[in-house]
Amino acid sequence: MSASSLAKAVVDGILTGGVYALMAAGLTLIFGVMDIINIAQGALIVLGAYMSYVLSVHLGIDLFVGLIITIPAFFVLGVAIEWAFMRRLREQDRTAMSILVTYAVAIIIEGLLSVIFGVDYLQLRASYVDSTFHILGFYLPYIYVFGFLLAIGLLGVLYWILYRTHFGRGVRGSLQNRTAAELIGVNVNRVRAVSVGIGVAVTAAGGMVFGATNAFNPSSGYDLISRLLSIVILAGLGSIAGALVAALFMVTLEDVVAVVWSPVWATLVYYASLIVVLSFRPGGLFGSAAVRAQ
Amino acid sequence: MRLRPPARALLVATAVAILGVFPLIFSSPTSTSIAVFTLIFMVAACAWNMFAGSSGYIALGHAVYFGCGAYTLTLLANHLGFAAGWGVFALVPVAGIVAGLIAVPTGLIALRARRHTFVVITIAFMFIFQLAAFNLGFTGGSSGLQPPTPLWSVDTYNLNFYYVTAVVLLATFVLTWLVRRSRFGLQLLSIRDDEERARGLGVRVARVKLSAFVLSAIPVGMVGGIYAYFLGQIFPQFAFDPLFDLSIALMAFIGGLGTLVGPLLGALVLESLQQYFTVQYGSSQAYLIIYGALFLVVVLLLPRGVIPSLEELISRARAEPPEQGPEEPGRTADTIEAVR
Amino acid sequence: MSALIEAEGVGKAFGGLQALTDCSLSVAEGSVSGLIGPNGSGKTTLFNLMTGYERASRGEIRLGGESITRATPERVFALGVGRTFQITRLFFRLTVLENMLVATQRHEGWLRSVLRVAGSAAERVRALELLEFVGLSGLAARPAGELSYGQRKLLELATLLVADPAVLLLDEPTAGVNPTLINQLTERIRELNRAGKTFLVVEHNMEFVMGLCHQVTVLHQGRTLLTGTPEQVRADPAVLDAYLGGADDDDL
Repeated sequence: MSASSLAKAVVDGILTGGVYALMAAGLTLIFGVMDIINIAQGALIVLGAYMSYVLSVHLGIDLFVGLIITIPAFFVLGVAIEWAFMRRLREQDRTAMSILVTYAVAIIIEGLLSVIFGVDYLQLRASYVDSTFHILGFYLPYIYVFGFLLAIGLLGVLYWILYRTHFGRGVRGSLQNRTAAELIGVNVNRVRAVSVGIGVAVTAAGGMVFGATNAFNPSSGYDLISRLLSIVILAGLGSIAGALVAALFMVTLEDVVAVVWSPVWATLVYYASLIVVLSFRPGGLFGSAAVRAQ
Repeated sequence: MRLRPPARALLVATAVAILGVFPLIFSSPTSTSIAVFTLIFMVAACAWNMFAGSSGYIALGHAVYFGCGAYTLTLLANHLGFAAGWGVFALVPVAGIVAGLIAVPTGLIALRARRHTFVVITIAFMFIFQLAAFNLGFTGGSSGLQPPTPLWSVDTYNLNFYYVTAVVLLATFVLTWLVRRSRFGLQLLSIRDDEERARGLGVRVARVKLSAFVLSAIPVGMVGGIYAYFLGQIFPQFAFDPLFDLSIALMAFIGGLGTLVGPLLGALVLESLQQYFTVQYGSSQAYLIIYGALFLVVVLLLPRGVIPSLEELISRARAEPPEQGPEEPGRTADTIEAVR
Repeated sequence: MSALIEAEGVGKAFGGLQALTDCSLSVAEGSVSGLIGPNGSGKTTLFNLMTGYERASRGEIRLGGESITRATPERVFALGVGRTFQITRLFFRLTVLENMLVATQRHEGWLRSVLRVAGSAAERVRALELLEFVGLSGLAARPAGELSYGQRKLLELATLLVADPAVLLLDEPTAGVNPTLINQLTERIRELNRAGKTFLVVEHNMEFVMGLCHQVTVLHQGRTLLTGTPEQVRADPAVLDAYLGGADDDDL
């Protein structure tokens, strides 16, 4: 192991971690507002990768330009999913049912993608995906940097929406206390629909970057969702800032372990750290376990 | 279903009789092979439901115990020099016990968490075990392991597996039935409805949840062992398969979460359907779409699953509707103070 | 009369929020005691501490002289303290009778609890008697979720009685209950008290508290303001102040 490979692992971890942070923020936003764990998030990311693939290969639209189409489309998809399935769940067993319902949505997406595209691995291609630059003694494809910047930019937009708009006040109100938010006149149904829309919309961007930095096939969603869930649980469900920290931490940890020890056991360390942390802090690192009783 | 005891006994007797003669009537290797897979999933869904359906803790990591059962049987059969044949079936209970033992620490860790987190920890365990199976030396890594293959003719091969699995199914069903009518089972249901209040009524929730969890892992481990022996090979991605977890959960749900017969019915329909599809159209992923869509339709039309919804229909048809609906408790100011 | 359950110098902080600062309370054996105070004065928190749902940051809770400060809710119940909740909590998908049977567990071995049918004949008879006592025996086979709000309160009380606890802590038993049922509830509490049960009742309904309780403790901003007979409490100017001051806070 050389210093430069360690540096590469850290840089790589931070850049990739930023993208995971964006995808995890969507997941934790949906949970915070609706008490729903959206298992379909992983499949939606893969769907996002395939959408970018179609746009770039068949229509020749650049990956980043294509997001102008896919992000709004995914927003609408998210609103539709909320309206069609999540809204209809009964309050008493909402969490349990939401897991199964969104899991069902996930396998439908996986099935459709398999039927349409087959199960072979694909990867998104563009000039900045293939070309690299030299930094700290190693080579890095430009897409890592572009993807990171995109993620940070979108997280900034998310931050702006949540903390600088009227709508965002409603969302934060619902995150803290749903009944109180209702009482002060927040239209909870609309807040929920739009929140899920936003949570799903970010997967379009996340999926594009994921597809450009990894080979993917229709069942890549399982690995993704289990990583994202680990991140948001480690952070404490509903904590968006915590999700950012946890994403950077977990992904960098995995990359560093891959270099220092072996890539094979890196993923194990990733999940094991989750279990260790939760054994000591069942509410996650930034979670407020006592606030919301079941 | 709330039938009168004689009617219920008749129903059970009929079901057992059908279970007994099915492979003699539909004796083609294709149908008996489908039947074995279906029985395996019926056991798994039934056992899963005993814990998850009753307690309301949706576990999505029972593949851990399925896989551990599969590897236990295979490793023991190979290393202890079991001759292929009936003797290997003696390892099936061992596979169950090992799975149960593994469920103790994993359950202990996972059940410390609240419901949402519990799900994720069980999923994490599933991936940890899959990774371990891929990378540990003794599991054969991605090339998997082969248990001894019995030299039975095609017909007897399926038949033997069918009856062994059927026995396991009966045992599992009896177990869930015992649990259901016991004080322990009532405590599980009370945990599902309101865990905090159950504690306030003296239910030792940690002990009840963990023992139900372990109890539900044992049959899953047993059929995991049968599965490995039946296929004659075992790979990490099939032993520890996220889709397995989802499948048994969906089966239990579609039939009726927390009911006795629902999961059996769900597994019977879904697994045989899927196996039939695979035989008919090759290993296409198209069944995923049908699977998911079927589930969503059931959720939207029969939100409690098929069996409870049917029960409701029947009882509504029998009796006139209740005179008055339940009053909604005033939960505005009270709720806020409680949250504070 | 000796104190059956008591709290001494109890405090509880949630993060930076001091829910209880210094709270002492003593419930004499065989009495009906009241706990009153404006919203947010810490009544429910005190209940949570006394029944093991929360851990006191400082101070001590004692039952019959033994400390139960660190006991779990399961343990507290086993020692003979039953409680109801401000927002009625039942097992809504279980039937009324099944709700009654949950609390019947004794210290039996695990295997027996799996193999034995829930509720022996004797337990069922007893459960039905208690349902009769609160006037719900006709609804035994109905899911608890179908009960009216007042019926839920009665059932919640009845489920505790199954295990024959020595002390019953009731959190706002009359909230949202119609007057007829309140009278019924008062009667039942009196009757149980005559049979030797000790009660601690959190209430906003002053008429109910003053008519029922032998002794009333007033809680204000996380402290015990005073303890006395209903007449003493009614006459104390500090209590009036606490309520008027508290009312401002409540209305926000």
